[in-house]
Amino acid sequence: MPAVSKGDGMRGLAVFISDIRNCKSKEAEIKRINKELANIRSKFKGDRALDGYSKKKYVCKLLFIFLLGHDIDFGHMEAVNLLSSNRYTEKQIGYLFISVLVNSNSELIRLINNAIKNDLASRNPTFMGLALHCIANVGSREMAEAFAGEIPRILVAGDTMDSVKQSAALCLLRLYRTSPDLVPMGDWTSRVVHLLNDQHLGVVTAATSLITTLAQKNPEEFKTSVSLAVSRLSRIVTSASTDLQDYTYYFVPAPWLSVKLLRLLQCYPPPEDPAVRGRLTECLEAILNKAQEPPKSKKVQHSNAKNAVLFEAISLVIHHDSEPNLLVRACNQLGQFLQHRETNLRYLALESMCTLASSEFSHEAVKTHIETVINALKTERDVSVRQRAVDLLYAMCDRSNAQQIVAEMLSYLETADYSIREEIVLKVAILAEKYAVDYTWYVDTILNLIRIAGDYVSEEVWYRVIQIVINRDDVQGYAAKTVFEALQASACHENLVKVGGYILGEFGNLIAGDPRSSPLTQFHLLHSKFHLCSVPTRALLLSTYIKFVNLFPEVKGTIQDVLRSDSQLKNADVELQQRAVEYLRLSTVASTDILATVLEEMPPFPERESSILAKLKKKKGPSTVTDLEEAKRERSADVNGGPEPAPASTSAVSTPSPSADLLGLGAAPPAPAGPPPSSGGLLVDVFSDSPSAAAPLAPGSEDNFARFVCKNNGVLFENQLLQIGLKSEFRQNLGRMFIFYGNKTSTQFLNFTPTLICSDDLQANLSLQTKPVDPAVDGGAQVQQAVNIECVSDFTEAPVLNIQFRYGGTFQNVSVKLPITLNKFFQPTEMASQDFFQRWKQLSNPQQEVQSIFKAKHPMDTEVTKAKIIGFGSALLEEVDPNPANFVGAGIIHTRTAQIGCLLRLEPNLQAQMYRLTLRTSRETVSQRLCELLSEQF
Amino acid sequence: MVMGVCLLDSLNEPEEIQQQIVRETFHLVLKRDDNICNFLEGGSLIGGSDYKLIYRHYATLYFVFCVDSSESELGILDLIQVFVETLDKCFENVCELDLIFHMDKVHYILQEVVMGGMVLETNMNEIVAQIEAQNRLEKSEGGLSAAPARAVSAVKNINLPEMPRNINIGDLNIKVPNLSQFV
Repeated sequence: MPAVSKGDGMRGLAVFISDIRNCKSKEAEIKRINKELANIRSKFKGDRALDGYSKKKYVCKLLFIFLLGHDIDFGHMEAVNLLSSNRYTEKQIGYLFISVLVNSNSELIRLINNAIKNDLASRNPTFMGLALHCIANVGSREMAEAFAGEIPRILVAGDTMDSVKQSAALCLLRLYRTSPDLVPMGDWTSRVVHLLNDQHLGVVTAATSLITTLAQKNPEEFKTSVSLAVSRLSRIVTSASTDLQDYTYYFVPAPWLSVKLLRLLQCYPPPEDPAVRGRLTECLEAILNKAQEPPKSKKVQHSNAKNAVLFEAISLVIHHDSEPNLLVRACNQLGQFLQHRETNLRYLALESMCTLASSEFSHEAVKTHIETVINALKTERDVSVRQRAVDLLYAMCDRSNAQQIVAEMLSYLETADYSIREEIVLKVAILAEKYAVDYTWYVDTILNLIRIAGDYVSEEVWYRVIQIVINRDDVQGYAAKTVFEALQASACHENLVKVGGYILGEFGNLIAGDPRSSPLTQFHLLHSKFHLCSVPTRALLLSTYIKFVNLFPEVKGTIQDVLRSDSQLKNADVELQQRAVEYLRLSTVASTDILATVLEEMPPFPERESSILAKLKKKKGPSTVTDLEEAKRERSADVNGGPEPAPASTSAVSTPSPSADLLGLGAAPPAPAGPPPSSGGLLVDVFSDSPSAAAPLAPGSEDNFARFVCKNNGVLFENQLLQIGLKSEFRQNLGRMFIFYGNKTSTQFLNFTPTLICSDDLQANLSLQTKPVDPAVDGGAQVQQAVNIECVSDFTEAPVLNIQFRYGGTFQNVSVKLPITLNKFFQPTEMASQDFFQRWKQLSNPQQEVQSIFKAKHPMDTEVTKAKIIGFGSALLEEVDPNPANFVGAGIIHTRTAQIGCLLRLEPNLQAQMYRLTLRTSRETVSQRLCELLSEQF
Repeated sequence: MVMGVCLLDSLNEPEEIQQQIVRETFHLVLKRDDNICNFLEGGSLIGGSDYKLIYRHYATLYFVFCVDSSESELGILDLIQVFVETLDKCFENVCELDLIFHMDKVHYILQEVVMGGMVLETNMNEIVAQIEAQNRLEKSEGGLSAAPARAVSAVKNINLPEMPRNINIGDLNIKVPNLSQFV
């Protein structure tokens, strides 16, 4: 007898489903669905009251239609009605519909909460289960407010059934995840910890999940869970496989619970109590020993379960990082897996070994597997496994094996998947720089990179090689010689032409003594590439030519001829034309002394974080790279004192692009020499337009910014050329902004590049993601760019939107502040007068309150003020303040890490035309920022 | 935490924002050979590299779980197996049609395994016992509505010209900013 009674279904539903399945086309399906929707709608609207069965059937049909991918905009009320049915099946389908379809700020929440309340109080375990499932699946704040107090009671009550306890534990966990501020710690916490001793393993598993999450935020409160978890684990590990009966999965005792317990232990440092610590070490050893035993079953499930526990145990060993013996054993075990026939195990082994490589105890042991890992890179069929192999090679790299690893990565690069090439290029560039013993190897490696994967060599990489060559005079001659040779290839990548042009322009004189690379040969070689290159590269080459005029007076005539040719002087590109005209003029009028001053060798670059490392961090997220870097800094500090990356505080976006220093004599602050007076103004113009530093904020940008504090859509910026419009939506801590760039002219914008610039502080607290837009914007056209926004923690500054583009040959650079402000993450909260004042009093710490008294800038209109407060995001609470002229509001700022309750009060004084604004929140910075933002509005 | 569960049918491509996630997952998973690893990073709609997709392939069906870093990959593979074995027990030789015609039951079974994104129960006998208890309740309430039952099995035996469609059980709070599109 199957457990699901196939027979007792609903006939109408089955017929409907098979109708849908018989539809021959998408159109037919939509038609059938619309017919059904009309039918259901009329039934729901009809005069005759529907019986429970029909309601259940129709709600179920709606659910099916929803799962097919169609919107459902009615039926919610009927589903809510089913909740109060006494029939289990009706209640069940009602809860299912609500779990799947009701969003958290629905009007119906109050009714739903009422039904849940009744079911929780019913003492019927089945009904309680349904209600708890519903809370856990919806998990909204309203539900947390209603039930966060009740559920801990159910969880620890002595007479609660096991299955209800399980559900209650996970339900509480869900509420804690969505609204941690609403789940109060209290007496129940110690009793929850004791659930680790419960007889029912299902209860223990659920409780472990709950405790793990709670312990991450409140480690002190749950400290006692460590010893309980260790003894529970020890009982499982040492049990005979039959002891745990149903919880033994393919001969492995309670694998799931073991994994959860090992995860819980990773929230804490190694236990201090020697007895507990000893017992844990025994457990871990036992788990490692079992890995060596022959399998008890050939089924993959057996090995999966066993290895799930093993990998988690290894993670714990790595986390504790204190038992050299265990670390080395773990490393050997992973080494075995590296050659296992199961791809999953090879993948996980590579991944775990990556973290093991950063431990000083096991770094050497990890290094012994280098051949296997290299082999994996060459032979694995699965790109995600190869990717992990690249990560591991990067992590295990040190001075001793850098040459080998870099060589292997380079050779892999020739055939690597396109999706991971850029990352490998960055990694190679970083390793080459970091572990370079002599810089000739470094230069060779980077040139090889450009040769093999030129398209994936980002600007940062070639900027960096130039920085290093300029800063180290021991390598300059070699670099000049090598690029000269590399440029002789018939086809070479444009990036090589850039590096070559730059280096020869600076150091070509170092190899000019050799007749094979005489000044004229150097010039002809570079100029033979000129016509194949894009405009920015040509511009760079023109700068090289003028540098040649200084370095080699004998080629001056040749170069002047080139500059004088129509293809330069009359070039359609204004930048090239201007350079040609000015360089030609400079070479004609300036004396040798002035030339030598203007075109002097570039000064050394100030040391700062490697721009490539910053880029890799940006790609991979800061944490992953930083850990490895920090772990390795000690080992490598002595190798290359100079270009060692600075501590990871500098962020990717704010690192100024070195192109300013490369091309912009005038733009870079530490410019070696001012341009000669004769052509000074013009030169500055030429150089300062290299796309580098962002322009200062556009005039009026502040005002526009303030206007967006209380609204989300509108025009942010407008001048004769460009209009920038915004549309945005925010929900909880997430948002999405669409930026519309309108070209108001009839000419195409070229190289159109909008960039979002966040300061370091801001970047940590606000995450912005966007994709680049098409660099060409046709006349009269509008392009849009979507920005995904996540508020990680509260923040004060606003990101800057910098737009650079070329309009009919002139370079345009506009910066505006982007109105993403903390109040956008407000969720309004309604509350009664009594609640308001109670909370107001709770927030009476001096740091929590910020007050501002200011003069009205606009006419004092009550309705306008109300609209602004609502636009600001908080709820406007009527009849709360005893003085009806005052305004009070309440809301919650949602960030990824916390939710901050906010109360505000605005007291207008009509006679004095003044306002007093008071903000109270649980966080000083939030009060401060909200007060600043709001006080600008009136 | 389990962010989402989705069953993919390898023969039909999903069609509409709820469906976009399914579609992206479909493309990520379906292009993979057999015998390569069962984990991959999530697509752009589902949080990218913060989340992993863990899947198992059974005949024409893929069972895909989307999880964050707090879950053990191999553990989730086991869990999928538990889920499928449970389906098999509850439906007796489960086939795709069972999953389509009884999508409500599939949800109930899934809810016994995963709840609010966390694993509720891994012991198959326990899960089946819960489902059986539900079933008895349903029977006892059956009475009036039990009659049209046989129709379902009749329908199932019609030889349908078309392969089954996608079913999507992505109800487990897939966490993407579900914002409406601008025009």
